[in-house]
Amino acid sequence: MQTIDELLADIDVFQGLSDEHLDLIAGCALNRSFAAGDRLLTENEQANTFFAIRHGTVALETYVPQRGGVTIETLHGGDVLGWSWLFPPYRTMFDARALGVVRTISFDGACLRQKCDEDPPLGYELMKRFAEVMVERLQATRLRLLDVYGQVPGR
Amino acid sequence: MVPVSYRVASRRRETHDSWTLELEPAGDAAVEPFAPGQFAMLYSFGKGEVPISVSALPLVHTIRAVGVVSAALCDARKGDVLGVRGPFGTSWPVEAAEGADVVVLTGGIGLAPLRPVVHHLLANRERYGRVIVLYGGRSPEELLYAAELERWRGRFDVEVHVAVDQAAAGWHGRVGVVTTLVPRADFDPDHTVAMICGPEVMMRFAVAALQERGVPAEAIFVSLERSMKCAIRLCGHCQLGPEFICHDGPVFSWDRVEPLLRVREL
Repeated sequence: MQTIDELLADIDVFQGLSDEHLDLIAGCALNRSFAAGDRLLTENEQANTFFAIRHGTVALETYVPQRGGVTIETLHGGDVLGWSWLFPPYRTMFDARALGVVRTISFDGACLRQKCDEDPPLGYELMKRFAEVMVERLQATRLRLLDVYGQVPGR
Repeated sequence: MVPVSYRVASRRRETHDSWTLELEPAGDAAVEPFAPGQFAMLYSFGKGEVPISVSALPLVHTIRAVGVVSAALCDARKGDVLGVRGPFGTSWPVEAAEGADVVVLTGGIGLAPLRPVVHHLLANRERYGRVIVLYGGRSPEELLYAAELERWRGRFDVEVHVAVDQAAAGWHGRVGVVTTLVPRADFDPDHTVAMICGPEVMMRFAVAALQERGVPAEAIFVSLERSMKCAIRLCGHCQLGPEFICHDGPVFSWDRVEPLLRVREL
């Protein structure tokens, strides 16, 4: 059975971190599994947790009155779920629901924030890596704003 | 270039605004065989003529109703007669891709011109390496050929990934833009031929994602869309710099057209 440190090293966002930093992060992490339909995050709750998805698909959802639940994005093995733990007011923006069996590493955001404050090089590394994830998601969202598939073709 | 009369042999609704018409010769005359990627000028008598790619062989077209002529074509019923000119343009490099992994990347109605490629790859599966189909759409309801996608996905020798921009909570597939499928698709960038069709902006970002994986520009092929009128390299409506899309395209390698697409005035 793999240790949390070993599992962390397989997650993109943590790859290349020093053993010392992986140890610090592992101290705030634990293995968690979810069944289909389970909620990983609930909109507008205290954002104390984020996840690295090891396996399975998670839907980011919100409720639109008179339309029902809408899936905004799906996240998959290797993706990070949740960044509201990084910034005040530390509240989640969306629901996150398992679409099947989902295996994750779950992180205590408050614990990790404290370690980042105490160890600025770790904080800087994590901030850089999460910024990269956020930029990728922002770019993908911008593309979707273009409604590219709806464009009228000339042919 | 007189249109040849073809009869609508069958008509199937694909989405709220797209229909697939299977055509057969209405008389003794017939057009030459089409290759995947080529297009026909379809004539709705009394309305006009539009260029439509072949979406299956020998002569099947999937049409989105976006104007008077395309709406009239979509409205054609079984037994109605249409005019056909063609085949026109260049085809997808299915022979040149033999031995390589093939990535078919498409969005929206762009799956139609690539569907004959997938048919060819699956009919000649042993000639190719990994076959990957990446398809994006606005919503699950706007995906073309949903049943066929399911059949392709059910095979053990092809990887099919679909992503939609929006979905109701019951959708269990992927929600996101099609380009996000590229980083995790299983292909060897050094031995891959990629064929992309969709709106130009989608293709630009799709090419960027493939190049980030290491696929060289000369191994990436796109199908361009411009207003076409004559289809025989005369009128210039479809010109992109020195290229006539109707004749020199619509299928181009990326290294050939990328410098032209960077010129915003073209």
